Amino acid sequence: MSSRVLMKGNEVIAEAAVRAGCRHYFGYPITPQTEVMHYMAKRMPEVGGTMLQAESEVAAINMVYGAAAAGARVMTTSSSPGISLKQEGFSYIAGAELPAVVVNVVRSGPGLGGILPAQGDYFQATKGGGHGDYRNIVLAPASIQELYELTVEAFNLADRYRMLALVLGDGALGQMMEPVAFRETEPVEQVEKPWALTGRKGRTEHNMITSIYIEADVMEVFNAKLQAKYADVTRRETRVETVDCDGAEVILTAFGLTSRICRNVMHQAAKEGIKVGMVRPITLWPFPSQTYADIAAQPSVKAFLDIELNCGQMVEDVRLAVNGVKPVHFHGRTGGNLPTQQEILELVRQLAGRSAT
Amino acid sequence: MKPVFTRTTGLTDKPFHYCPGCTHGIIHRLIAEVMVEMNILDTTVGVSPVGCTYNNYEYFACDMIQAAHGRAPAVGTAIKRVHPDNMVFTYQGDGDLAAIGAAEIVHAAARGEKISTFFVNNAIYGMTSGQMAPTTLVGQVTTTSPFGRRPEFEGFPINVSEMIATLRGAVYVERVAVNDFAHINKAKKAIRKAFRVQQEGLGFSMVEILSTCPTNWGKDPVSSLRWMEDAMFKQYPLGVYRGQELEV
Amino acid sequence: MPRTEFTEERCKGCGLCVSVCPQKIIALQKDKLNSKGFHPAGIVDMDRCTGCTLCATICPDVVITVYR
Repeated sequence: MSSRVLMKGNEVIAEAAVRAGCRHYFGYPITPQTEVMHYMAKRMPEVGGTMLQAESEVAAINMVYGAAAAGARVMTTSSSPGISLKQEGFSYIAGAELPAVVVNVVRSGPGLGGILPAQGDYFQATKGGGHGDYRNIVLAPASIQELYELTVEAFNLADRYRMLALVLGDGALGQMMEPVAFRETEPVEQVEKPWALTGRKGRTEHNMITSIYIEADVMEVFNAKLQAKYADVTRRETRVETVDCDGAEVILTAFGLTSRICRNVMHQAAKEGIKVGMVRPITLWPFPSQTYADIAAQPSVKAFLDIELNCGQMVEDVRLAVNGVKPVHFHGRTGGNLPTQQEILELVRQLAGRSAT
Repeated sequence: MKPVFTRTTGLTDKPFHYCPGCTHGIIHRLIAEVMVEMNILDTTVGVSPVGCTYNNYEYFACDMIQAAHGRAPAVGTAIKRVHPDNMVFTYQGDGDLAAIGAAEIVHAAARGEKISTFFVNNAIYGMTSGQMAPTTLVGQVTTTSPFGRRPEFEGFPINVSEMIATLRGAVYVERVAVNDFAHINKAKKAIRKAFRVQQEGLGFSMVEILSTCPTNWGKDPVSSLRWMEDAMFKQYPLGVYRGQELEV
Repeated sequence: MPRTEFTEERCKGCGLCVSVCPQKIIALQKDKLNSKGFHPAGIVDMDRCTGCTLCATICPDVVITVYR
């Protein structure tokens, strides 16, 4: 028996984590995600867990590093400027092969920016703001229900592959309320962690968690190991939603919030006799490149139109995947402004060759 | 005849990479000996800093983690929250703790995190070859204070023990030194007291240990000990700044 | 009679033990080099060793074992 409730996105993030077995949360206030920490402050004591408001986002990510090393399921959440602060920590977590979950409730930037929703952290999330050759799994929910599902899945993916899983939300998802159906219990994967710091307790060797490899050959072997892991994740965990792409003339592509607007545009376009499909990546890393390549090869497809709340970030990966086979266009809004269905539809009409202008 | 001084099993066999005469080695040995004597080697997790001792996770025989520069108190906080029954210590130099890590040490202490910090103060940055540290003395020549530290441009050194002792959560704070036999024995007692304070769950404990850096001070190891006595002791008086009365 | 042993391979020739020995019986062995290129310290007159452990206590590389 599951329960269905109307809940705010930020609180869903927290509840999902708790249900996924997370018992340690380290946070810092920043709009528009602070409610995650408020919720955790009350919820964690109920399950005997820790909620600690750290002295900074830097401290928080280092607490995540420590708790992950100690073998615990652990999460921190923040928003864009705070996520910038955490980048060194992300690199350490990758270099030490630790499982951890981070949620970025994206606000507009750059700099202190604004507090309204945006998608301007795609580069930061997928290309890394941290140093070195590493990847994080990046998940992009487009609804409150999906926010719950993907936050739970983030913990399983993190443990399965010993890496960081980042849920890339946005200020709208964080603040809005939608019905969400929680499962009674979560399919929490139990993963053995013989490498974790528990105290030696009779082990013949002491465990060491580190990301330093001073010798070139040792470092290179380690990097090859990470790359092999990332190749494995790419093969097995790439997720994408495609809608009505067969026989479509124009392919809209978007992640998260803007995909919801695109869905409505598709219905409008259909009424005008324009066949519009949509590609919605759910994992931004690994990026569903093959899906774009396959769709671009379809003769009916005239063009792709990428809609984002930024100045053009995911579109670069779309262009790489489409590889020049079909034109890829971009339309973005920033600052917290959203594109209207009308402005997207007009672009669709033009691309489909149906526009009066 | 029986052995009265042998190499502790709290250290691994790996030889230390530190400079000849650097007193980090003495301090490592004291911490390792205390862990063995208190029978906590199997339940302790230590946190290595960034600095000359970045890799001392290879020297201590307990579970260890290497932390980003300055963040060891945050890392240790989390480990202790996950495993409250384990002992947790951080080992940090003056750049790690008092420069980039200033916020983390203050807040771990203020929160009264039940961890023990061993703060090794040699008034200079060692690993990166001799820059000024927050604890560099006025007039001391370093690569970034080539005219000697000038208060007008480079300000004054920080007395960390005195500062941390103002925080209620820091229940035991003592400054010691390792310049001679008597002081080394006192330093070992302080390290033991810090772990005992942690065992009793009383709060945050810190032992500041004055140490040498012969290479970057430009002195031989023996003269370095004398400079510690002549110059550092004046700026950094030894003694208990908090928790004198604690009987543990 | 007390005895000290030096694990010469670990010694860095820093001289701290030489400076603290109350009997002044420790010296760097100038005729020897260990594999790291240091002159290891050693006892020149074991008969006068009192097993006080001052040398072992000050040694930063845990080179010295003392028997009494």
